[in-house]
Amino acid sequence: MERLHWVQHRCRQLLAGDSERGWYSAPNGLPNKNFLDRHSSPQRVSGKRRTVFARHGPHQQEYEAASKKYKGNAIRTTKYSLLTFLPMNLFQQFHRAANLYFLFLALLNWVPVVEAFQKEITMIPLVVVLTVIAIKDALEDYRRYLFDKKVNNNVVRVFCSKQKTYVQKCWKDVQVGDFVRLSSNEIIPADLLLLYSSDPRGVCYIETSNLDGETNLKQRQVVSDLPFQGAELTLENFRSRIECENPNNDLSRFRGYMEHPNGVRVGLHNSNLLLRSCTIRNTETVVGIVVYAGHETKAMMNNSGPRYKRSQLEKRLNTDVLWCVVLLIVMCLTAAVGHGLWMKNLKDPIFQVDGETSPALAGFYVFWTMIIVLQVLIPISLYVSIEIVKLGQIYFIHNDLALYNEQLDSRIQCRALNITEDLGQIQYLFSDKTGTLTENKMVFRRCSIFGVEYPHEENARRLEVYEAEKTEAGGRSVTLKSGCSGKSLSCRSLSCNRSSVSLHTLTDEAEEEEEDQLTNHIQRKTSAFCSRVAREVVPDPMLVRKLNWLRSPVLTLSDGSSGTPSSLELTYITDFFLALAMCNSVVVSSPSQPRHQVPEARTPLKSLEEIKLMFQRFSFSPFSTLSPPQIRGSPHSFTSRLFARGKTGSFTFPTPPDNTTGRSEPGLEDQLETSKLDSLSRAEGKDAGGMEEREDGTTENTKMSPDERDYDDELLYEAESPDEAALVHAAQAYRCTLRGRSAESLLVDLPGIGSLVVQLLHILPFDSNRKRMSVVIRHPLSGQVVVYTKGADSVIMDLTETPKGADHAQEIYGHIREQTQKHLDSYARDGLRTLCIAKKVLEEEEYEVWLKRQLLAESSIENREELLLESAQRLETHLTLLGTTGILDRLQEEVPETIEALQRAGIKVWVLTGDKKETAINIAYACKLLRPNDQLLTASCGSKEACAALLQQLRLEVQHGEDSLTTGAGNHGKSSSDCGTGFVLVTDGCTLDWALQEDLKNDFVVLSCKCKAVICCRSTPLQKSQVVQLIRDQLGVMALAVGDGANDVSMIQVADVGIGISGQEGMQAVMSSDFAVSRFKHLRKLLLVHGRWCYSRLANMILYFIYKNVMYVNLLFWYQFFCGFSGSVMTNSWVLIFFNLLFTSVPPLIYGVLDRDTPADTLMELPELYQDTQSSKVYIPSMFWFTVLDAFYQSLVCFFVPYFAYAGSDVGDLSFGSPINASALLIILLHQVIESHTLTWIHVLVLVFSSSFYFGFVLLFSVICVTCSPPTNPLGVETLQMSQPLFYIVCALTTVTALLPRLLFRALHNTLHSSAALKSAQMDKEDSERYRRRMQCWNLKHSPANRVPVCVDNPDLEPNSASVMS
Amino acid sequence: MMASSYNAKEEDGHHSGAANHGGAGAVKSKKPDNTAFKQQRLPAWQPILTAGTVLPAFFVIGLIFIPIGIGLYVSSNNIKEFEVDYTGVDISSPCHPCAKNFSWNATTPCPCSVHFTLEQPFESNVFMYYGLSNFYQNHRRYVKSRDDSQLNGDRSALTNPSKECEPYRTSEGLPIAPCGAIANSLFNDTLKLYYIDSNGTRNEIPLVKKGIAWWTDKHVKFRNPGGNDNLTLAFKGTSKPVNWRKPVYELDPNDDDNNGFTNEDFIVWMRTAALPTFRKLYRIIQKKSGSTPTLPSGQYVLDITYNYPVLSFDGRKRMILSTISWMGGKNPFLGIAYITVGSICFFLGVVLLIIHHKYDTRNNSADIPN
Repeated sequence: MERLHWVQHRCRQLLAGDSERGWYSAPNGLPNKNFLDRHSSPQRVSGKRRTVFARHGPHQQEYEAASKKYKGNAIRTTKYSLLTFLPMNLFQQFHRAANLYFLFLALLNWVPVVEAFQKEITMIPLVVVLTVIAIKDALEDYRRYLFDKKVNNNVVRVFCSKQKTYVQKCWKDVQVGDFVRLSSNEIIPADLLLLYSSDPRGVCYIETSNLDGETNLKQRQVVSDLPFQGAELTLENFRSRIECENPNNDLSRFRGYMEHPNGVRVGLHNSNLLLRSCTIRNTETVVGIVVYAGHETKAMMNNSGPRYKRSQLEKRLNTDVLWCVVLLIVMCLTAAVGHGLWMKNLKDPIFQVDGETSPALAGFYVFWTMIIVLQVLIPISLYVSIEIVKLGQIYFIHNDLALYNEQLDSRIQCRALNITEDLGQIQYLFSDKTGTLTENKMVFRRCSIFGVEYPHEENARRLEVYEAEKTEAGGRSVTLKSGCSGKSLSCRSLSCNRSSVSLHTLTDEAEEEEEDQLTNHIQRKTSAFCSRVAREVVPDPMLVRKLNWLRSPVLTLSDGSSGTPSSLELTYITDFFLALAMCNSVVVSSPSQPRHQVPEARTPLKSLEEIKLMFQRFSFSPFSTLSPPQIRGSPHSFTSRLFARGKTGSFTFPTPPDNTTGRSEPGLEDQLETSKLDSLSRAEGKDAGGMEEREDGTTENTKMSPDERDYDDELLYEAESPDEAALVHAAQAYRCTLRGRSAESLLVDLPGIGSLVVQLLHILPFDSNRKRMSVVIRHPLSGQVVVYTKGADSVIMDLTETPKGADHAQEIYGHIREQTQKHLDSYARDGLRTLCIAKKVLEEEEYEVWLKRQLLAESSIENREELLLESAQRLETHLTLLGTTGILDRLQEEVPETIEALQRAGIKVWVLTGDKKETAINIAYACKLLRPNDQLLTASCGSKEACAALLQQLRLEVQHGEDSLTTGAGNHGKSSSDCGTGFVLVTDGCTLDWALQEDLKNDFVVLSCKCKAVICCRSTPLQKSQVVQLIRDQLGVMALAVGDGANDVSMIQVADVGIGISGQEGMQAVMSSDFAVSRFKHLRKLLLVHGRWCYSRLANMILYFIYKNVMYVNLLFWYQFFCGFSGSVMTNSWVLIFFNLLFTSVPPLIYGVLDRDTPADTLMELPELYQDTQSSKVYIPSMFWFTVLDAFYQSLVCFFVPYFAYAGSDVGDLSFGSPINASALLIILLHQVIESHTLTWIHVLVLVFSSSFYFGFVLLFSVICVTCSPPTNPLGVETLQMSQPLFYIVCALTTVTALLPRLLFRALHNTLHSSAALKSAQMDKEDSERYRRRMQCWNLKHSPANRVPVCVDNPDLEPNSASVMS
Repeated sequence: MMASSYNAKEEDGHHSGAANHGGAGAVKSKKPDNTAFKQQRLPAWQPILTAGTVLPAFFVIGLIFIPIGIGLYVSSNNIKEFEVDYTGVDISSPCHPCAKNFSWNATTPCPCSVHFTLEQPFESNVFMYYGLSNFYQNHRRYVKSRDDSQLNGDRSALTNPSKECEPYRTSEGLPIAPCGAIANSLFNDTLKLYYIDSNGTRNEIPLVKKGIAWWTDKHVKFRNPGGNDNLTLAFKGTSKPVNWRKPVYELDPNDDDNNGFTNEDFIVWMRTAALPTFRKLYRIIQKKSGSTPTLPSGQYVLDITYNYPVLSFDGRKRMILSTISWMGGKNPFLGIAYITVGSICFFLGVVLLIIHHKYDTRNNSADIPN
């Protein structure tokens, strides 16, 4: 995937405006971006447009003139070249304040009067940091270089005019104006204008997963009206001129025109453009002309740098670093003043080296010297350490088994590397509903047609069984065999998450190698999950029976009571399923055939004409414009049809059909049919195609051979949204099967009729404004132009209207409408997603009129979108409501548990969804966000004033409720979130709009603060981000947003921590997130365990780091009091520099990566513990000062014990420093042992290594360093010191004395003020069974739902709970 | 600041890239390894410090420290030490005239004698120190002002001393050997000790002047330049330090091994003291065989050739006689400190024991319901 790092941010950039990006953009400017900017600037020169000619075409001169300025296709994403690396990299690095500080110190040391150490020594920290980062940069750049090289040397076939054929060329040699020929599965080397496709309709499919992670295929169209379309191009004679926009980064827009030699201009738009780095799919050959190449391609222009967020902790840290700066200055000033005074009192001493300097000046010099000497006080290396620690933390998060999804084979993705500890401080969680809380595996659950509800009980049972099976068996579900476990690469049914797969199919080379692996991936994934549950819709028996009337119209004679459908109802049902099957953008494919090819329509039993006539018999409707047809079905056809189905072999006799009414006698056949189907539908459930298979198996002369049947089973639907797929599968269950699709036609199987080619006139695709989509088709049976519309109930219900006509019809219609609305409401209450299906029959003239304007809109270049929208709206009026569907979107596993845990952890959970209120509330109930005894506050109002009043009223209500609660519950209602009842605010989009306005938002925030949870339904993506922003800014809290779709992107970006769920809806959310998980339940461990760990680890490490620096630096400071504040040190300067850089640098890192303050199990079981880190208990200012104070004390001990031990003796300065250094090292290391919560062999190893490294180093140094390192030549010092017992006596006393208070404090703190975390850690040590029992008791006592009042005779409960809550 | 350099994408890429390569052969899922390390389940010792767990440590420390402290205190008390301040600040002091009339340029040395009485005999080897107070040998500029290469016998450094030696680098155009402020301020008083026996005769006590410097300094760090035995030749072309009366090769004309840079008095001086009040080993008084004490109790005279001025910076000069033990010179601090810390630990141990009984046990039992 690293090959792709340069394109993956484009989505985010697209969706986040510049304004939103401001706050996380890197402070130092991203080199990547600068680089691109540099590259994109020159193209403005050539005016607003770019003109492209064929490179080898007849217009050679023009080509030369126009294309000279255009970039070639070679790309260079590297920042440096071999030559420029050093200067450029240094330049980049010195943009950082830390490096500047080092540089400043190093330069300061070059001033002779302030020189503290040898010059080279102060260079070391700088050099080390620069080298480390330069190596990292170089590696990154080298990787980029290799990738560029690989990409540039990819081979593609380019047309060569000399040889009049296509020759192989490297990508980098492709020029603007070249003709490029690509075949299936090849990657597009540059932005091409599609000129030819082997597909007869001039269509080409591309997969853009390299670009945006979306795996569904997108259709691209050959430039229309090309003179040579259809035949292979004669490229030598390509004389057309292409005018298009200058390169820009808008992936969804491309405008221009192509001017043919004869002056005709053809508009070009986005669907003609093949974008670089997408993959051609399912199209044998395409030819395109390069319009943008290399860095001017849209993919490259969207390449932006990584996102950068600064964590809360780091902000806090920065203030403490500032305090350190203050401390440093104070210390240096002290030294400066001290030196000045000391100088003043001296009269020509013999040890004075230059007595001429005035005391004031000398003091000034000493100030700077001291800054060099005490430089370590500013924990600059802390920043490097923090980065390393976060890397380690990320490593562990990434490797956590609990965050691994077996079924999708996906781990958590950590995309933002520097905010791990923010996970431990989340106070508000904003969640999307669909796909986040729920599976986003849409399953057709029930429907209502003609105002009649079909409850699909079997279907419901099946879903339950499936769920139970899944939860019980877990891993066993892998063995389930499903029809969609295809064998080839093209098995890409919608519900398989293929994000990981698509990564493998980037290049052809890779593909071949990985084919095996891939197949396995797919098989595992699909067989485990796939769309099994979505595909196998168990038909409702009643509906099947009704549908069968259609199939055996002969026998339809109502007996009145058994719900025999009227012919009107039959048309409704048929139309309903036709709409389900056709009104979508589902692409059909099957592994055995190239995808997206319309399979040959199997010859139906009778001519199409016959079928049409047959159907028209039933398609009479009161509002049909056609005159009632007078058709008679031929007896022969019925016989054969019955024969085809009649596997029972029962005797059937053809009955002449009734005319017009379509009612016929229910006979033997009917009963047989019904019972058969009933039993079938009951028996079924394992295999989608089972019903049909059975038929085939028993009948000799079926219309299809068994082979064809198999093929039919493997039909794969690839839809843009899971709802669509669910509906198509539902239709398939009723044998209304979508078999194939082409640009102009659809192939549909109809029950009992066989395959029909339906002429597809138009598709008006779904958009979120209209909230609906429509298809215009020529009805296969009636021949009329029919519009099928499918959309959100709110919209469709407004657009439908009672047809004018007979009173009777109107009455029926009104009834249908009423009933349907009732069903809609009940579906919503059950938490189903509802969609309405409607139909409209267009008269030919009407259609003609509309068509004209539609074509106009399509061909216009300016405001095409608006015109299209308008045109669509014109068409979608006066609809007839057919029915509604209820689609079940099941909750993901463990969602209620997770939400409960998060709430117990003190995180307020908000649900922001675009769904209906009822659905949202229902889901909220299901996931236990709402509890039965919670009070629901509903806010929905139409105007701002009403909204203001409502907010006030709700506030009062809450106030009142709280009062009654507190008085009622007595004095142990600690926090409202913990109480049995809470308030849950439910607001809709409109109200939210008002509430978010400037003057009302405070009220809204206050109100929502008091509520346990807030549910915002019908909210737009913008509102989602506004809500997050509002809460984040107004309350100053840490907000986490989690979502899975493109509509959550803005919310994810606004939040402090954005989490993307890699679900069914593409990758946008993941691309813009900081962390990407595959299930909602992963949040529990991610936040409660990893968040807390990361936070406490990092906080502890930072404190320790600061302690370490202050402690060590103060040793040097105290020495100044005994050397006349002259800036002397009692240590060898190498040891001094290495002390921080080498001897004590690794233990804090290990501490920061591996420390566990509380075991994971405890954290999972006691979410309340999260509140410790949430409220930043570990790293607060008082802790900082406490740490600094302790460091002061320790350094005092560490300095003055040796001082008094050696005072007055003949000790030399280095000999004096030796025990001080050694004990400082021991103190610092042992201090960490006291502070660590866990010690593993790694800790021990590192501690031992650190100390032995120190002792080894100084000993070796004191042996071999004869004249080096003047003036602090260590020769013989350490060896002599360590041979004397006094050294050890001093070290022991110093170490013990220094650590005593800390040890005492920890012990007392833990004993007297035992925090819950510690207690549970203690509990962990006790034997597990007792512990578990106790935990259960604890949970029972403290679970919010049934809180037991504290009893007087249960004294142990009170302190226990108090300590846990504190 | 540094974090900005991070490229989130790279990291992603890296991970999946790695997975890619790994999966080339066999089918490899992305499932993380279920190892104790990766799942953070490494067996760990959890030092939960409570009163109960810590109090044994306190008792142990107390029990170890108090005996050590007593031992240290006793051995420190057994050390005999005697100090004579001969600076001559006081008018009554015999060295007062010398101190008053000091000049570096004086050609004639100023002698003075100090009488003192040892109350107790010094049994073992006695170390004779000179002590200086308020002398900042650890001043940053002073400490730097030397050339280790030159002192190591490097010929090029001899003729071209390091710049650090400024302003004592050259004198009258010639390089100074040994250069620098430390060497220049070499302590140059001469001390002689006489025992006045019962009949009033002065018996000079033999002072050993070798073996006072560190072995490494004497044999590794300090070396005379050149290969020839003649030090005068070796130091040809160099100048003596400004304050010195005689050149470096005449520091001990009687003993070639103790002359030039390897002169032990010089070496001892060159080890700059850590603190402004310090002593430096001057001579050793070897224990005579038999049971006679090295220095019997009685009257002594210290003959001083007063050369070294300290009054200008309020310094003091002392002569110290001391025996040493395994732990060095006389220092009651360590013993007292050990005893104090040990007692505190013991006391805290008791306090913790009380706390432990009051709180820890209650917590532990209270947590277990019925």
